[in-house]
Amino acid sequence: MAYLELKNVNKTYGQGKGSTQVLSDINLEIEEGEFVAIVGFTGSGKTTLVNLINGLLEPSSGEVLFKGKPVRGTSHERGVIFQNYSLLPWLSVGQNVYMAVKEAFPKENKQLLHERVKEYVDMVGLTPAYNKRPKELSGGMRQRVAVARALAMNPEMIIMDEPLGALDALTRGNLQDEILNIWSKNKRTALLITNDVDEGIYMADRIIPLKPGPNATLGPEFRIDIERPRDKTELNDNPNFKKTRNAIIEYLMDIGDQRKAISQKEYSLPDISPKGFVA
Amino acid sequence: MKQSITLGKVTEYVESGAFTSSVKSLGKKTLKFNSKKFLRNIIIPLFSILIFIGVWHLGSRALFNMEADYKIEKALNERGPEAAAEVESCIISGNIACQPNTLPSPVQVWESFQSLIADHKAIRADKRAFVEKTAILNEKRLAEGKEPITYTGRPSFVDQILTSLETVFAGFLLALFIAIPIGVIIGLSPTLRSSFNWLIQIFKPVSPVVWLLLVFMIVKTMTKDSNSDSAFIISFISVGLCSMWATLVNTAMGVSSVDKDYINVARVLKLGSLQKVFKVILPSSLPLIFTGLRITLSVAWMVLIAIELLAQSPGLGSFVWEEFQNGATDSNSKIIVAMFVIGIIGFLLDRIMLTIQNMVSFNKNEGV
Repeated sequence: MAYLELKNVNKTYGQGKGSTQVLSDINLEIEEGEFVAIVGFTGSGKTTLVNLINGLLEPSSGEVLFKGKPVRGTSHERGVIFQNYSLLPWLSVGQNVYMAVKEAFPKENKQLLHERVKEYVDMVGLTPAYNKRPKELSGGMRQRVAVARALAMNPEMIIMDEPLGALDALTRGNLQDEILNIWSKNKRTALLITNDVDEGIYMADRIIPLKPGPNATLGPEFRIDIERPRDKTELNDNPNFKKTRNAIIEYLMDIGDQRKAISQKEYSLPDISPKGFVA
Repeated sequence: MKQSITLGKVTEYVESGAFTSSVKSLGKKTLKFNSKKFLRNIIIPLFSILIFIGVWHLGSRALFNMEADYKIEKALNERGPEAAAEVESCIISGNIACQPNTLPSPVQVWESFQSLIADHKAIRADKRAFVEKTAILNEKRLAEGKEPITYTGRPSFVDQILTSLETVFAGFLLALFIAIPIGVIIGLSPTLRSSFNWLIQIFKPVSPVVWLLLVFMIVKTMTKDSNSDSAFIISFISVGLCSMWATLVNTAMGVSSVDKDYINVARVLKLGSLQKVFKVILPSSLPLIFTGLRITLSVAWMVLIAIELLAQSPGLGSFVWEEFQNGATDSNSKIIVAMFVIGIIGFLLDRIMLTIQNMVSFNKNEGV
């Protein structure tokens, strides 16, 4: 039995005539310790999929099973890193992380909790900014706080919703390495949602494309057989990398074209001209 | 060799020259910048105040002349030319008894202000003397179990300002303690929001005077047997009821429109519902709540004058009303003094609230 399992999941927003089906017939299995990336266009329903898995949303039909039990609401076992860092602006870095830690370990004494907060803030390299508010930090630093907050709760599974989407290329690279480091240290299960194929190949064991919505569904999976730890510069020369990358991009482009073809309806304009119009 | 020396000198000269000139231009620049700032922030406001006083002075003189002409003409029509000449000479002589009663000039207002301060000092001295005189007697009365004799002379202008501030503060606190909890509860539940909405919409625009009468009906009955200061109670409750709506509406709006990201964070962290309110919803709606409180305080100060005037509570409102009824020669200028005092205190209160508001507020996108 898989660690996380989605069985025929459908998600519809709204009711009756005005309803739109965002996700249809999603089937996904993730094994324990695996790093899976889901790649898709923007607006294809990636965030909806993430929210179904972390428990913020419930599927309209089908089942989301985590360790064999259906997901009902959020859980501390599944840590979430949001697309837009979602730090509380009135709390400092330490307080933001502390709030999460205190909820995850309600019975632990305060001293230990504070040490845990310090440990994780240090891990993402933000000890000098411990007492700063989010507004005083750069985008990359904020995302690192969000990473620290999610990991400090010691989740069994990390769910990342385009965590690095808004960052510049350099910060992005650094954070990718940091996340991989943390993941490989204690082999948690990880699910990464991204729109960057290279990022997916660099980080994941498997890549699954999400066909664009409405009625988004998962495409065929691509296995990444590149040994870890992976080196970014060497990766560019790796034939395996090139092959997989081209295959995924080709697949995504194909879906994009299909989608365009579907939407190419012909609209006939009424044959009228304005009053007093002289050609 | 020689060449190189001269070259060195030249470069030195050029360098030093360039250096001094750049320093000079820098100095000029900062000086220019400062003088511009000084001009804008100090000279221009001062200048506009002078213009304001000048226009006021000219206007009051024009009104004075109109009133004087009317008086003379009236005397001429009713009692003949002799009486008219008498009135005219009386006005010119500056006799208080026959001065036209109109908008006072800035000088008159300033004099009234000084006389009010002097009056305050006199009353305070009088009060102190009274306390000294009755100290021994009061001790005796206390020992005998009787109530001590207290000073019952009329309040000075400063006393009235303090009473007004007290009333406004009590009303503001009342508004705060009613509006914020109700606002939070209404904001949290869409059902309650729609069921209370009509009530808020109907009562929000009701005039302060009507609130006063309503409070009067209730408080009068409730304080029948006690000898508490019912005028003060009536006025502060009315002030609170009139001014609480801004805070109520803003709190409800702030609580109901918390950023969805924050709610998601609360759900992912699995905060309990009370913790969700106190740790996520309230902090994130604090800026809006304080905007409401700021409006509440300024409304409270504004309606206070009208309410004190009607409730006969001894404050600035009744001061203005008494001076108007009084009709003494310096009454008008005292009313203008009160006007300025009310305006300046209102401005200061608003500034205090703005400072607190800036301390607690944050930009909505800061966490994102």
